[in-house]
Amino acid sequence: MQYIYAFVTGGVICALSQLLIDKTKLTPARILTAYVVLGVILTAVGIYKPLVDWAGAGATVPLLGFGYTLAEGVKTAVSESGLLGAFVGGAKAAAGGISAAVFFGLLAALLFKPADKS
Amino acid sequence: MDMTPQNYQQLVEKHCKPSPIGKDMLWAFVIGGAICTLGQGILDFWKAAGLDEKDAAAATSITLIGLSALLTGLHVYEKLAKYAGAGTLVPITGFSNSVASPALEFKSEGFILGTGAKMFTIAGPVIVYGISASIVYGIILVIFGLA
Repeated sequence: MQYIYAFVTGGVICALSQLLIDKTKLTPARILTAYVVLGVILTAVGIYKPLVDWAGAGATVPLLGFGYTLAEGVKTAVSESGLLGAFVGGAKAAAGGISAAVFFGLLAALLFKPADKS
Repeated sequence: MDMTPQNYQQLVEKHCKPSPIGKDMLWAFVIGGAICTLGQGILDFWKAAGLDEKDAAAATSITLIGLSALLTGLHVYEKLAKYAGAGTLVPITGFSNSVASPALEFKSEGFILGTGAKMFTIAGPVIVYGISASIVYGIILVIFGLA
């Protein structure tokens, strides 16, 4: 069942994003940036956590889930170390994803050839 | 046939197919859903391997990001993206693709200002506004004593 919830939730988020792209001509950079910030806001107001509990990876894999990770990390860190936590919590929770993207991106550049422009 | 540019424009628009939004959305739904289902499988794998909830989630992101960078290097991800649109953009694999793709394509401008700088064209703003939003949230939690 968890797999069906993940498929449907992830699919619906992506389909709605497609509608947004087709209707507004928002660029990928703007969509991704908006989604991460929206993920933080939805988590802050308590909407996103229940969705994650229900849909699993269907809610955490879309970029909204990156915002969820940031917000949850901050919340935990603030409860442990107050104001300092506000500054370290988000980056700490997202460190694995950001570091992996940078490292594997560099590896891809080292190992592969750019696309043929012809 | 004599035509003004305006006439020509009208003719082109008449013969262009309307943007098939329904079809675009269906592709995005199927591919985006499939990527999330794959993510669920990877998440369950890491949990079965003994990682707790939080670590398994982080390991899943790292695995998906690695896979996506590999498919970007092999020029498979961009082919998939042609059909899937938001289905390949919105999942975290799209974030990874947005880093790996310029890292590879701008290699010709050198490893520092090409690969090293251009990989942040999209990831940069995502990190700037994501981290900043999380700090604002943290400060609000501190001020109102919510955490």
